[in-house]
Amino acid sequence: MTWLFKMAWRDSRRNYKRLLLFTSSIVLGIAALVSIDGFGENLKHDIDKEAGSLLGADLRISTSRTIKPATQSFLDSIAQFGDISKEVSFASMVSFVKTEDTRIVNVRALEGKYPYYGNILTEPASAYAELSQGQHTLLDEQVMKEFDIVLGDSVKVGNLVFVVTGKIKGIPGQTTVQMGVVPSIYIPMQYLDASGLIQFGSRYLRKFYYQYEDEKLADQLKEKYQKQYRPEGLDFDSIASSKRQTSQAFGVMTRFLNLVGFIALLLGCIGVASAVHIYIKGKLQTVAILRCLGIKGDKAFLIYLIQIAGMGLVGSLIGVVLGTFLQTVLPSVLSDFLPIAVSFGISWYSIGKGILLGILISVLFALIPLMNIRNVSPLRTLRVNEEVSEKGLGRWIVFGLIGAFILGFTYLQIGSLIEATFFVLFILFSFIILAAVAWLVMFLVRRIIPSNWSFILRQGFANLHRPNNQTFILVLSIGLGTALIATLFFMRGLLLDQISVAQAGDRPNMIVFDVQTPQKDQLLALTDSMDLPVLQQVPIVTMQLEKVKSMTRKEMMADSTRKDRWALNRENRVTYRDSIINSETIIDGAWVGNYDGNGPVPISLEKDYARAIGASLNDPLVFNVQGVELETVVSSIREIAWNRIQTNFLILFPNNILEQAPQFHVLITRTSSTDQSVAYQRNVVKAFPNVSVVGLEQILSTVDDLIGKISFVINFMALFSILTGLLILIGSVILSRFQRIKESVLLRTLGANRKQVLLINLTEYALLGLIAAFTGILLALVGSYALAVFVFQSPYSIKIVPIIIVLVTIVSLVVLIGLSNSRGILNRPPLEVLRGES
Amino acid sequence: MESILNVQNLSKSFQTGRKELTVLDSVSFEVKKGQTFSIVGPSGSGKTTLLGLCAGLDQSSSGSVELNGIRIDQMSEDERAAIRNQHVGFIFQSFQLIPTLTALENVMVPLELRGQRNPKDQAMELLTKVGLADRHDHYPSQLSGGEQQRVSLARAFSNAPSILFADEPTGNLDDETSEIVEALLFKLNQEHGTTLILVTHDLELAKRTQRTVKIKGGKLVEDILNPNPIV
Repeated sequence: MTWLFKMAWRDSRRNYKRLLLFTSSIVLGIAALVSIDGFGENLKHDIDKEAGSLLGADLRISTSRTIKPATQSFLDSIAQFGDISKEVSFASMVSFVKTEDTRIVNVRALEGKYPYYGNILTEPASAYAELSQGQHTLLDEQVMKEFDIVLGDSVKVGNLVFVVTGKIKGIPGQTTVQMGVVPSIYIPMQYLDASGLIQFGSRYLRKFYYQYEDEKLADQLKEKYQKQYRPEGLDFDSIASSKRQTSQAFGVMTRFLNLVGFIALLLGCIGVASAVHIYIKGKLQTVAILRCLGIKGDKAFLIYLIQIAGMGLVGSLIGVVLGTFLQTVLPSVLSDFLPIAVSFGISWYSIGKGILLGILISVLFALIPLMNIRNVSPLRTLRVNEEVSEKGLGRWIVFGLIGAFILGFTYLQIGSLIEATFFVLFILFSFIILAAVAWLVMFLVRRIIPSNWSFILRQGFANLHRPNNQTFILVLSIGLGTALIATLFFMRGLLLDQISVAQAGDRPNMIVFDVQTPQKDQLLALTDSMDLPVLQQVPIVTMQLEKVKSMTRKEMMADSTRKDRWALNRENRVTYRDSIINSETIIDGAWVGNYDGNGPVPISLEKDYARAIGASLNDPLVFNVQGVELETVVSSIREIAWNRIQTNFLILFPNNILEQAPQFHVLITRTSSTDQSVAYQRNVVKAFPNVSVVGLEQILSTVDDLIGKISFVINFMALFSILTGLLILIGSVILSRFQRIKESVLLRTLGANRKQVLLINLTEYALLGLIAAFTGILLALVGSYALAVFVFQSPYSIKIVPIIIVLVTIVSLVVLIGLSNSRGILNRPPLEVLRGES
Repeated sequence: MESILNVQNLSKSFQTGRKELTVLDSVSFEVKKGQTFSIVGPSGSGKTTLLGLCAGLDQSSSGSVELNGIRIDQMSEDERAAIRNQHVGFIFQSFQLIPTLTALENVMVPLELRGQRNPKDQAMELLTKVGLADRHDHYPSQLSGGEQQRVSLARAFSNAPSILFADEPTGNLDDETSEIVEALLFKLNQEHGTTLILVTHDLELAKRTQRTVKIKGGKLVEDILNPNPIV
């Protein structure tokens, strides 16, 4: 055995540069996995350590419902064991006095010593502690920047004007993304009523924060009362449960990132397999000599297996070092999505896992070419025409092992066998498509290059199918990387387009909500005075589902196996009208627009909501409309196109029943310019401080910002695949260098000039890049189509510009790398090159 | 004298498409221990195929090959490998040194395969005998053709083979170098008392062996005892 290691070492000495090239293919994949794994470990550790600050208290109870007196007594009673803080938060418009600009924000009215753990970071640092000392407000840093607000400026919140005494720089447990989507503004609770912002129908969330001496008490209270008060709409969160939820959420994120890294590693492994194939081909003669000298097939096989395992070890070690360095970068890449600052610590577990994985995966993928060694005949020393290839059962066993390994690893990452199988099938599908394209290209090029083409073109094309070509491996690696990045690129465009399309024509682009009944006519008049059309004016009544067929809501909620509990327990916002609108389609039953006063009220349900509450056509439902029970029957089921700026409702009532119920209103209009939009928002907020206005432009910019942040992270991960592809390209270009040198030198000896040789190489690499990128784009188009249609349920259209951008970028990169390698050959005289190689 | 190689009715055929091509047809001969023996014949006559079968590099279609009293024609490739390591030495026209090993390491390989302890001294001794002790740490690419063949000679004798197979040992060398290598081959052969089986085009070289068989069209057509062999 020692001798085998000695031979493996001796044989590798003269090839270490080549062997290092093989290792480079797996370096980035290992680096990606180690960095994400290590980052995940640190994140988990930090979440454990900072769990208290994620919640800010030992126990948090929140509700969006009106609190009944008995529930309020309970909430007060559990404060006796410790301290309580209260918060009411809701979306509202604020107006900046200096500029009269308006913006929708998340108003958070606070009372008490919250947060008990962690800090709300402000500038100046004392601003939060001094908030309740006057009519003060703290404003989100980004909003202050956006509207050029400085400390001391005034902000109108509802009926009151507050002085900005602090800039919010960080909120415990909240990510930059969350803060960016709905920026926060803090006001003292004592001014909430006077602001007039909480009115009938207003959507708000009440939170009660408790701090206890005995940290176990929070979990005990949660355990004891959660079930009892859930039907009342109370949600309980303790440090332990918040820790669990946060860990789960980020576990999902790191596992997803790990899978993207795993794709890069898989690509690297294909690179290894391909490189080992070329390497072993060059070693067959040595193996034949060894066989002649009396070595057994298995021993010869082991010599090279040891080399490959050693190579895997070196690659893994480099990957591990790089991954540990990358781990320091990841917190800043993901900072927008992290609720806490993540510290850096070396994760020996991730490092060990990375090394083992690197060795295992390189050996596994090298096995197919390595197995050929066992079949090398010593007769090859006399005649070199002996073909060797493993065609027996062994080959299929190795394929099986590779499949089992990929499935097993994916399963460990995802934790679901079905999802892991889908992932593996998706990878397999992509590989098959890419491999099929590569094969087809080689087949077609071999068959159909016209003989009347120029010499340069024919040579360039022929390089795609000649022995030791790079077509297969490059189409696979660069194609897959391109597919990943292009899918994201296309999806971003599609989602933004979808929102932009909503702005076209006469479609609504501005929505005014929380309008009280007495304000309705004045708002209509104001809208009219600004020459804006009232496209929709919708009354909204809130109600609670009480009974589905013979089952009460409480009975259904008691069933712990029940999914979709949200549908049963939500406070429904319902409208009534005599007709359906263009975003709705009746798919079952018949729409009844006017109630005739006889029997239960015929209503229409949205199809997913109907399924969630377990109701179908003609089923009786009972609703509680602010204390009054109302019997209804499902007369129709509707499908709704949600992707439009307009009000849509899960439950729709006919006219002649809810007109007298307490209600509020939503108005939808269309502005024709940004100036008009700003002016309208300003006037509405000025006249009706409690009313909120959201413009489509604002949604568009928020979504763009969010997608931009998500894309950045995913692109960062996809970059590993692209870079691995480029490394494989560099590797295979160098590996085939000898062959290329001989060809180029022969061509030059026969009279070809530098330019011609350069053009042949240019043609080859441009074609390779083009085929790889084109196939990747095709896959991305299929992927983005599937995502658009099945996940986002939006119309799909192909845009040419992003395709051209991706295509040109990838082709340029491939050509650049390919040609930079042949530069050395072109600049030297043929004789010098020939001598150097001999 | 005791026989070291006994070949009886040895045939080798290949299937080429629907046709069967017979490259060796019922060849029989016997070689005595310590004898020098050459196989001559035109290109494509089946010389190399015969050598491959006798040395256990390939499997025959029919007939038997007995090497040192052991039937090798029925053995598996790995069993034949063990026999080669114990009893057989090789010299090839294209030297067949392992390019990634130094001259010394190339010579050591057969000894190491036999599990011999301290193979270095013996390998160095052999390199000294072929005049390449000072080039022991050179790689094959750093040696001339003649030097490479001398390393190959040292390697061939390193496991003290009872029989040495040489396939056109001077085919890739110029006349002067060929002379040196031939002299060395016969000298080492005498010293070690090895049986030498030589395949060559060079009739002058063949005449220096004790016995020559001529192969034509896969058949043994002539068996001559040479009048002036090197003994």
